[in-house]
Amino acid sequence: MSIDLTQFQQTFFEESMEGLDDMEANLLQLEVGAVDNEQINSIFRAAHSIKGGSATFGFDQIAGFTHVLETLLDEMREGQRDVTTDAVDVLLQSVDILRSMINAIQNSSTYDEDRAADIQSRLESILHNGSQTSDVSTATESVEKNSNQGIGWKISFTPHASMMQTGNDTVRIFRELEEYGELKAVVNTNDIPDFSEYIPEDSYLSWELTLLTQADRTVISDVFAWVEDECELSIEPIIDESRVTEKASPPEPVTTTQATNSSQKVTSVPASEAKTNATKSNTTKASESASIRVGIDKVDALINMVGELVITQSMLNQFAESEEVTAAQIEQLKNGLGQLERNTRELQESVMSIRMLPISFIFSRFPRMVHDLSSKLSKQVELVMSGEGTELDKTVMEKIGDPMVHLVRNAIDHGIETPEQRAEKGKPAIGKVNLNAFHQGGNIVIEIKDDGAGLDKDRLLSKAREKGLVREDETLSEEQIYQLIFNPGFSTASVVSDVSGRGVGMDVVKKNIISLGGSIDIESKLEKGTTFRVRLPLTLAILDGQTVKVGDEVYIIPLVSIMESIQIKQDMVRQVGGDMEVFKLRDEYLPIIRLHQVFEINRAVEEFENGLLVVVEGSGQRVGLFVDELLGQQQVVIKSLDTNFKKMAGISGATILGDGSVAIIIDIPGMVNLASIQNRDVKRAIA
Amino acid sequence: MTDVAHQNTEAGNNIHDMVTDAGENQFLTFVLEQEEYAVDILRVQEIRGWESVTRIPNTPEYIRGVLNLRGSIVPIVDLRMRFNMKSVEYGVTTVIVVLKVIKEDGSGSRTMGIVVDGVSEVYSVPESEIRDAPDFGTKVRTEFIKGLATIDDKMVIIIDIDKMLNSDELAVVDSVSETVRQNKE
Repeated sequence: MSIDLTQFQQTFFEESMEGLDDMEANLLQLEVGAVDNEQINSIFRAAHSIKGGSATFGFDQIAGFTHVLETLLDEMREGQRDVTTDAVDVLLQSVDILRSMINAIQNSSTYDEDRAADIQSRLESILHNGSQTSDVSTATESVEKNSNQGIGWKISFTPHASMMQTGNDTVRIFRELEEYGELKAVVNTNDIPDFSEYIPEDSYLSWELTLLTQADRTVISDVFAWVEDECELSIEPIIDESRVTEKASPPEPVTTTQATNSSQKVTSVPASEAKTNATKSNTTKASESASIRVGIDKVDALINMVGELVITQSMLNQFAESEEVTAAQIEQLKNGLGQLERNTRELQESVMSIRMLPISFIFSRFPRMVHDLSSKLSKQVELVMSGEGTELDKTVMEKIGDPMVHLVRNAIDHGIETPEQRAEKGKPAIGKVNLNAFHQGGNIVIEIKDDGAGLDKDRLLSKAREKGLVREDETLSEEQIYQLIFNPGFSTASVVSDVSGRGVGMDVVKKNIISLGGSIDIESKLEKGTTFRVRLPLTLAILDGQTVKVGDEVYIIPLVSIMESIQIKQDMVRQVGGDMEVFKLRDEYLPIIRLHQVFEINRAVEEFENGLLVVVEGSGQRVGLFVDELLGQQQVVIKSLDTNFKKMAGISGATILGDGSVAIIIDIPGMVNLASIQNRDVKRAIA
Repeated sequence: MTDVAHQNTEAGNNIHDMVTDAGENQFLTFVLEQEEYAVDILRVQEIRGWESVTRIPNTPEYIRGVLNLRGSIVPIVDLRMRFNMKSVEYGVTTVIVVLKVIKEDGSGSRTMGIVVDGVSEVYSVPESEIRDAPDFGTKVRTEFIKGLATIDDKMVIIIDIDKMLNSDELAVVDSVSETVRQNKE
């Protein structure tokens, strides 16, 4: 009998990763000296599940590693061992190792085995050094030496109908039990329904098991640990001596040998029954596509709205049936349509909200990072986070994670000073990094604020001049000076550390944010601290657009890119380098892009007097887009062109207008890039 | 199968007479300049009358533009222009045949529409009846031709839509700057 386990592996990976996240979060909250037992317990539980799962799937390295980890945790839980900073540190590193092990298996790649071995030996040495010495073999012995109350156990085991669907397999459990002694299983098939009512994925069987063993009760209940929530289970001793303790004690550590060694034959389980069960569980789906967890309240809200929609629809249906339409009915019809519009809008909003996730998904990685970084740099940093519940689109979330990490890292490395420096400046020794997220208009704003040294304007400027980024005679505003740090290869850190200071990254950070349609501002006060303010659109699926008309065609310009729209006269436009047109707006020369020329549109307005110049900004550069007229503003749903076609320069997608026709959305940065080639010529020509 | 048949009732009047045996493929035929061309019927998603489309800037002329097909944006190719035939005014029989095209790299499919003079019939053609195309004598480049079949003494050209609608030539001019430079000259 063979079961294809790979389909459950994905679930195991996901669950393990979640378990590791939990472990990490709890470890970080552990306060040395004043340990909350519940926290240790949940760390232990996570480790235990990972161990059990990995043993089931035959990932012996993970199982072996987790075993040592678990033994240590168990001793901490039992109060036999103190929680030291050192131990927490090793535990945190173990979490990393486990993560890389799981990743390695998932991607069939390799992990740092030396480091794993190193950490494992550190774990073991902690185990050996303490008051309690207990390594793998003694743990096994101590389990088996434990006093038992009878000559065996009588186990009545009734799985819930859905147990098989979660990937649990009774055969596996029985095999494990058999290792403790002679096992007799009697299956009860009375609950199997008629064939017509039979659901192949459900389990209808129950068992009476008799196990003759010296093993402790906890060992037995541990075997069922994976399914204890999914079955009716009673374990009664087969009484030989009278002393029975009913108190359920927490499970003792199970050794790896018990869990992995499942190759023995189970003779007492009816083979055919076992097989049906296995096939049943096989039907569970294993999809690898990206998934999203949605709160049940959001789904409920959706269902409500669909219900409303159905009601509105049936109300509108009445009008189709009536022969003659009275004035009153028309009024009613209008109301109905209004209601329909409202329903649709709400429905759209709540469908969108399914893609929205709280930003805590990103924030949660920072406590660990700050912990590691501050000890590495011997700085003291307190991380304060607020607005973790602020929601944003999953896609945006995925792309903003790395830039955020970079910014926080920078804040600690460059911003926060060492405790000594801080003392000299009269600041508290512990530096503060604030992470804050909130909604503002259609945007989410994420603030990363430190109370460190702040940016030194003069130094930035002189460095920029040194590098030739800024001309000697050029004067820059404060904001412009700060923005210099986003230039590639620009770093003010005097010492290059492996944390940051190489000047690689800030430019990438800005590029990433811009590519998401966002922006980043800096506020800084010397010796007081720096605030980075990242502004991002809530979603990439909808944008506020300005519809413009060129010739007979309608285009959409993202509203965020538009600075202003003006009407100009022909004599305000200068010809540069032959065919290039520039126009002076205040002190700036803007290149003009005639949309009808770029897009080869016929019957468009040619004279500047009859059209409009839309000043847009993208990639930090302004240009004037010449269009016939502005039509209106509306929210548009972005549809990609490359699903059925291909990406095009200057076009970011398309949308469907109210009348069902398609309108092209202009990609302003793309358009500006195209103009900036010309712009360089413009500057040269003017100078 | 019933699904496809349902979608194409307007196309094939004799659809009920057909026998589908293994080894027989059904083809939807359409007319272009009095010649009959055929596409695999299982690729046909729907047939709709001509309606105006939104032009995509800087694309070859034969890409007429994009259409809103129940929320997805579908590019429309004029097959006459694609095959360098003389273009005609679109009339009452002019239709858009919406097709599913499998991407070259096998990474899924995309939906595209072709504009043809009109659809005519649905035929069952046994695999053995399909002949290789000679490499001359048709207006259509032979690489897009899967084969030729003779049905009721008529020759029908079977088109390989994957090749045709994925071909490099359909790849549009990818840089607007190219166009701008041309404009400047």
